[in-house]
Amino acid sequence: MTTTTTPPTIEQAAQARAASGETRHLFLNMGPSHPAMHGIIQLIVELDGEQVRRADVEIGYLHRAFEKDAEAVPYNSVMPYTDRLNYVSPLINNFGFCHAVERLLDITPTERCQYIRVIMSEISRISDHLTCVGASAMEMGAFTVFLYMIKAREWLWELVEAVTGARLTISYGRVGGVKADLPEGFAPRTLKVLEDVRGVLIECDKLLTRNRIFVDRMQDTGVISKERAINYGITGPFLRGCGVALDVRKANPYFVYDRLQFDVPTGAHGDNYDRYLVRMEEMEQSMRLIEQALRQIPAGPLNVDFEGRVLPADLMVDEAKMGRVAGFQQVRVRLDPTLEGTTRGFHGAVNATEKRAVLPPKEDTYGNIEGLMHHFKLIMLGHGIRPPQGEFYSAVEGANGELGFYVVSDGSDRAYRVRCRPPCFTIMSALPELIVGELLSDIIPTFGSINMIGGELDR
Amino acid sequence: MTAPLLSALQQRFAPYVRSLQEYRGQLTAVIQREGLVAIAQHLKTDPALAFDFLMDLTAVDYLKFGKTQRSAPTLKTPSPLPYYMTPKPVAETWNRQVQHDEQRFDVVYHFFSSHYHHRLRLRVPLAAADPSVPTLTSLWAGANWFEREVYDMFGITFTGHPDLRRLLMYPEFEGHPLRKDYPIDRRQPLLGPNV
Repeated sequence: MTTTTTPPTIEQAAQARAASGETRHLFLNMGPSHPAMHGIIQLIVELDGEQVRRADVEIGYLHRAFEKDAEAVPYNSVMPYTDRLNYVSPLINNFGFCHAVERLLDITPTERCQYIRVIMSEISRISDHLTCVGASAMEMGAFTVFLYMIKAREWLWELVEAVTGARLTISYGRVGGVKADLPEGFAPRTLKVLEDVRGVLIECDKLLTRNRIFVDRMQDTGVISKERAINYGITGPFLRGCGVALDVRKANPYFVYDRLQFDVPTGAHGDNYDRYLVRMEEMEQSMRLIEQALRQIPAGPLNVDFEGRVLPADLMVDEAKMGRVAGFQQVRVRLDPTLEGTTRGFHGAVNATEKRAVLPPKEDTYGNIEGLMHHFKLIMLGHGIRPPQGEFYSAVEGANGELGFYVVSDGSDRAYRVRCRPPCFTIMSALPELIVGELLSDIIPTFGSINMIGGELDR
Repeated sequence: MTAPLLSALQQRFAPYVRSLQEYRGQLTAVIQREGLVAIAQHLKTDPALAFDFLMDLTAVDYLKFGKTQRSAPTLKTPSPLPYYMTPKPVAETWNRQVQHDEQRFDVVYHFFSSHYHHRLRLRVPLAAADPSVPTLTSLWAGANWFEREVYDMFGITFTGHPDLRRLLMYPEFEGHPLRKDYPIDRRQPLLGPNV
C-alpha cells in the first residue's frame, strides 16, 4: 500500500511560512497600460501584503520631443504643439507660450484680448478640474459623478468650440493676440452654461462630499506636509490642499488677473480629500472670474456696422491682382468658417498693433500690397517673428499648478530653446513618497488627485 | 526683489558671481559652478531672500547660438552684379570642431519665493569637455527628477546625485536629444528588454 500525501492547503502553507519567519515582498507592475491609471505610466511597487514598501515611477512613454520640435519651427507654429501638452486645458498652454514670446518682443496685447485670455483660461481650468474630479471619483466607483461631470465638461467644450472652432486641439493663441474674436452672443451663452455647471457641481457635491465610501478612501490618504510639498516644488491645487495659499494669478499677476476678485481656497491636511475640496472650490472661483471678466471686457467691434460689400476670398484676390481695389477699405472678405472673427475690425480688437509679430487682417493681405508684404515678411522662410536675443520665463497658473515656459531667443525666427515646466512633473516625482507606507488601493485616489497628464509630463 | 539684496549677494560670493543682469523685468545671476551649492543654500536660508521653491531646472546648449537655424541665408555685402547673376548665398554649415574650453552649456535654475513672490534665475555656464555640476538634491527634493531629465536630454552629469538615470528616454538610447548637434530627424530603434 502506498500512502498518499496531500499537498498543504494555502492556509497551511501560509501558517508554515509565518512560523518559519519567512516573508516575501511582492513586486507589482502597475502600467504602462492599466485601466485604473489614466495615462501611460509605469509604477513598480514593492508590496508587503497590501502595504507599499517601495515604489519607483517610470515615465517617458509619451515623449514626443516637444522641446526639440519647438526649436525647429517658427514661433506661431509652436501653438499646435502646446495644445498637446495638457490636452484637457490646452488654452492655458497656448497663452502661457504666447506670454513668454510677447514679453521677449515687449508687446502688450489689447485689453479685450487679455480678457478673452482670462475667460478662456478659466473655462479650461473648470473643464480640467471636472475631468480630474470626475475621473478619480469614477475610479472609486462613483460612475454617476463621472458622467455628470463629463456632461458639464461637454457644455464648456461647446463654448470652446464656438470660440476656437475645435474642442481639444484648439491652437487659439497667437503671438500678440488670439486667433479670432468671441462669437456673437457669447456672454449670455456662457452665463447660461455656468449656471448649468453650478447645478452639476451641487449635484456632485451631494453625491461625493459626505459619501462614506468616498470620504473613507480620500481622507488621510496621499498625505504630504507643507514643507515637503514646497521642497518638491509642488504648486497648484496640490500645494493649496496642504494649506499654502499660493497662486501665480495672485503672486505674479499676468493678463488682467489683478483687476479681478477671487479667493484662493486652501486645505489643511494635505490629503486627497482636501485636494478634492480645493478643486471643487476653485471651479466656483473660476466661474466668478469669468462672470467678472464678462462684465468688464471692453466692447469689441461686434457692433461695428460694415454695411459694405462682402466678397469671397478668392474673388477678392482676383480683383486685387487686376488692381481693382477701389473701395476695398470698406469691403469685408468672406473666409472659411474656421476663420470667423478674424476679419478687419475683429482683428484689431484682439491683436496688438505690432507689425513685428501680428499678421494683418485678411482684407489687407488680399486687397493691398502693403498688407501682402506684411504677411510675407511674417510667413516666409527666413523672415518671421524675430525677438531680440534674450530669455524669458513666463509663469502662468495652469490647472495643475505653475506652468512655465522658458524661451531663449537668439534673434532668429525660431526659438533657440523652449522649455516647458509642466505642473504635474514635480508632483509625480513626489509620488513614491506619497504612496509608500499606504495600501495598494490608496494609490488609485492619490494618483487621481495628482491629475497626471501624460502629454505635459513626458512632452 | 530689491537691488541691494542682490548686490549683497554679489559681494558675499564675489569670486563666484560673474554678472547680474536684468532683462524684461527678470533677474539673472551668472555664477560659477564652484559656488553653486553655497549660493543656492544662501538663497534658500537667508530670510531676506527666502527662495524656498526650486521652480525649474533646465539647460541650454549654446553650440549654435546666434547662427540662425534654417533661416534663408542672406548676402553679407551687397553684390555689384545684377540679382540674377549674383551667386546665391549658401547657408553656413556647422560641422565645426568644438573646443574643449568652450562655454557650451548653461544649466538654468529658476527660484521662487513663496513669501516675497519674487523670482531669480541662476545660470551656470559649463565647458564642453566637462559638463558637470554639483547636485542640489540635498536642498530640494524636486531637483532629483529635474536633474535626471537634464542628464537625459543634455548629458550633463550632476555630481552627488543619488540616482542619475535617464528619465524620459530608455536606457539603451544613444546620445542626448536636446543637444544642438543631435539631428532632429535621427531615428533610433525602440528597444524592448530582450532585443
